[in-house]
Amino acid sequence: MKDKPILSVRNLTMHYHTRKGDVSAVDDVSFELARGQSLGLVGESGCGKTSVAFTLLRLLPENAQLLGGNVYLDGCDVLALDNNEIRKVRWRGISMVFQAAMNALDPVYRVGDQIVEALQTHFRGLSETEARDRVTELFPMVGLDPSLMDRYPHEFSGGMRQRAVIAMALSCDPKVIIADEPTTALDVIVQDRILDELRTIQRKMDMSMIYITHDIAVVAEVSDRIGVMYAGRMAELASAVDVFEKPFHPYTHALMNAFPSIEGEKQELKALPGEPPDLLSPPSGCRFHPRCPRRIEACHRLQPPFEDKGEDHFVACWNPREVGNG
Amino acid sequence: MDENGALVNVIGLEKRFAVSAGVFSRVKGYIHAVDDISFDIPLGRSLGLVGESGCGKTTTGKLLARLMDPTAGHIYLNDELMGRIDLAEIRGQELKIFRRRVQIIFQDPYESLNPRRTIYDTVEEPLRVQGTGILVEREARVVQLLELVGLTPAASFLFRFPHELSGGQRQRVAIARALVVNPAFVVADEPTSMLDVSIRIGVMQLMSELAERLNVSYLYITHDLAVARYMCHEIAVMYLGKIVEQGETEEMIKNPLHPYTQALFSAVPIPNPRRDRVAIGIKGGVSAPIDPPQRCRFYDRCLVGDQFCHDNDHPPLEDKGAGHRAACYKV
Repeated sequence: MKDKPILSVRNLTMHYHTRKGDVSAVDDVSFELARGQSLGLVGESGCGKTSVAFTLLRLLPENAQLLGGNVYLDGCDVLALDNNEIRKVRWRGISMVFQAAMNALDPVYRVGDQIVEALQTHFRGLSETEARDRVTELFPMVGLDPSLMDRYPHEFSGGMRQRAVIAMALSCDPKVIIADEPTTALDVIVQDRILDELRTIQRKMDMSMIYITHDIAVVAEVSDRIGVMYAGRMAELASAVDVFEKPFHPYTHALMNAFPSIEGEKQELKALPGEPPDLLSPPSGCRFHPRCPRRIEACHRLQPPFEDKGEDHFVACWNPREVGNG
Repeated sequence: MDENGALVNVIGLEKRFAVSAGVFSRVKGYIHAVDDISFDIPLGRSLGLVGESGCGKTTTGKLLARLMDPTAGHIYLNDELMGRIDLAEIRGQELKIFRRRVQIIFQDPYESLNPRRTIYDTVEEPLRVQGTGILVEREARVVQLLELVGLTPAASFLFRFPHELSGGQRQRVAIARALVVNPAFVVADEPTSMLDVSIRIGVMQLMSELAERLNVSYLYITHDLAVARYMCHEIAVMYLGKIVEQGETEEMIKNPLHPYTQALFSAVPIPNPRRDRVAIGIKGGVSAPIDPPQRCRFYDRCLVGDQFCHDNDHPPLEDKGAGHRAACYKV
């Protein structure tokens, strides 16, 4: 982790304009990603995890307004690039696997041709034969038979489509791949295989990955480090083991206690009081304070700083849990 | 209740859907969505129906709520109000009374509530349709139910519309609506799968508490085994229209017998970064059960199946000890 990070995100802040007012979707989010590392971003709907991904790729809708922060990909300031330059970053620098694989593939083109097109767009001078050879290489990596490349998306099952989309995201050999809930719509056996393939490829190609999900069990299995987001802010960021075993933040701790598992003895689950806030008018101070069992006076008034508690374990909390020597 | 204390006895239940093709929509085969399944649900206990998409769990739920007519088989409800009736047979007035006894909660609280109706109208409607009580009594009942599901103070929710509520609150409204007529039995089809982690446990705990308090049984349909573990006394695993294994929840989770159940359970991610989970193998992918061969439905994907499995009919669901039943020749 002490190597120069491949991706560095600092104090990212982004709002969406709506008729009702500004939605504070991403607020002062910072994290780093090392080469070959996989970072899980976990949180509930509306916590800003997907908005962070869209900001990194500059795929924001028109009503989004970037209010501050920097994103450095291999030293290059992504947010400062013009529209032409950002196109070179997408796919080759950072590529993304979206949640809805059905919508990511064009139904009237053969699956293989869509990947060939992506390749030829990003590598000028690549012949069609060369591009097809690359697809023939990619398909087995994601568990698809190369003979399927001339089929149409409707001939694919949900799992096969998701695999094709992953192959497409890998095609331009990106430095960072962002996977946004890629297996959420899939059955558990298919999910398991795809996660396994994704993890194997990511390790083998020494690629960095940001894995976005609401599923704490999935994030435990795919991540080296985990960032827990709540209401547009990063609550805690640490190694996967530390997030699970030594969570400082009361929200992280509550999430862990609210997640059913089939492993081991049946643990009692504890519900979290209340609901995530409306980001049109987020709570003052720490955004978790209205639901927090450990809140103190400062939490109402002041936003807690996102600080390193040692061993690359970051947390934003005025009254963190005591977790041994963490 | 029958002599074994079962509230529901399902016997040889079947549902087929015609698959047609071509210009004249000629029927080219049948999807065996639910294929000769039998099970009991004891009074006040909940059965979890788990399996992958297309295994027939939702169809089974719809058949039990009589939102769909079975192709064959019997669903006996042993009800204190109605006596022993076969849901597959009832019509007219009897069906209407039955609607009071069996309710359903759907997955998506954004779709299952009418956006133009207030919460009061939504929860009161089943009472009105059933002609229960006079207006004041119905009002009191609605308030009572909203409080029961944790929407307090009820008065502040009565005249709100679904869009003003969060997903968790909407699902609580759906639960109130299902329970307002005092049913004996509720089909819950993935009721918490759309809800966020921090909200989900609250709704699950509410459903468990209410089941105990009101002596309601659930047929709890879910793809999420971890949720089934917390919600159900018993779990039945379905594969291509068949129940392949059934038993007490903890026994099933600790000691799955059927090769499909083993593969399914071992594929569930574990929220523990230190655990290196090893998935048990399974071949290929799920196919649609269009006119399936007579042999074991799982044969084509099974790693332990042999010639005997190939040559014989689908194995019966048999007791393998401790009330744990599996449909497999190799167990």
